[in-house]
Amino acid sequence: MTAQILGAVAAVITFAFVFSLLRRGVLREKYAVLWLFFSGAALFFAVFPGALLWLSTTLNVAEPVNLLFFVTLVMLILVAIQLSFELSRHEARIRRLAEEVALLEEAIQEQRDADSGS
Amino acid sequence: MTVRRALVAVPAWNEQGSIADVIAKVRSHRPDADILVVNDGSTDRTARLAEEAGATVVSLPFNVGVGGAMRTAFLYAQRHGYQAVVQVDADGQHDPADLDRVLDGLVDADVVVGTRFHPDSQYFVGGPRRWAMILLSKALSRMNRGRISDPTSGFRSAGPRAIELFATEYPADYLGDTVGSLAIAIRNKLVIHETPVTMYFRQTGRPSKNAVWSALYLGRATLAIIATSLKGGYTPKGDLS
Repeated sequence: MTAQILGAVAAVITFAFVFSLLRRGVLREKYAVLWLFFSGAALFFAVFPGALLWLSTTLNVAEPVNLLFFVTLVMLILVAIQLSFELSRHEARIRRLAEEVALLEEAIQEQRDADSGS
Repeated sequence: MTVRRALVAVPAWNEQGSIADVIAKVRSHRPDADILVVNDGSTDRTARLAEEAGATVVSLPFNVGVGGAMRTAFLYAQRHGYQAVVQVDADGQHDPADLDRVLDGLVDADVVVGTRFHPDSQYFVGGPRRWAMILLSKALSRMNRGRISDPTSGFRSAGPRAIELFATEYPADYLGDTVGSLAIAIRNKLVIHETPVTMYFRQTGRPSKNAVWSALYLGRATLAIIATSLKGGYTPKGDLS
């Protein structure tokens, strides 16, 4: 019972935290939705442990908690990969912007030199 | 026949010790070519010295690596209508006397790579680094259906078709500026030739070579060649769409 309360409290805190980040505009929806979904699911299973038990019996998993760990692990790995993907894309874009900035700066300097020279 | 409107691109990152000398040598060998120094986030006096030596300087706001610096050079070349870009390293390892050969090879090729492996060459590498180079050379030569004995050479030139390609796509990953760019060129059916060049040892800077570094180099080189040969799907373009 205490473990159940602990799980529920953790889920609620996570949910509230993510929601406040979203409200303040610090976190974009596309990421927030994912975490809200996770904490929502965690809360659901904390409140209704029977659901987890039923799910693990259906899927032939001996220990319900193993199913929980497995699913959580897979989810977290997927999120990490998605973040790496986003990061790579942003690095590519930042590099592109840096190149553009460098070229623009040179063009401006060229123009200034041409103006002052004439 | 010589190539008209050539741009000598010099990617430079903290090369204040050699940059002015390199520019002077390039100028004396090819007075007709324009020199563009791409200052890749240097924290020393590279940019000022390059400007004083008479080169056009484009300064990146932070260090992006040789790949990013070269794409900047190709973008510049494309926008200013150059018909040839030749890359020369800022550390003085490349002999500007070879510029003619590397540039004139563009008459019947899109990319000309200056190779440091030829009978008269003083250049030598050993250990894991050598294996990596042989591996990369074999893989690229096969893709190219023509010999590329020194795919990691930074002394190379690009013609109009290669400039168009490299201005939009030039990899920034490790070895991407050398091996990766050649793979992209091959995939886009560009003609790649090679020509022998002289290689000097570093004038200034860090010749960082030890066992761990070499092993890492081999590993990353292998990864690079696997990645490029498998490529065809996702390429992070970095466009602003």
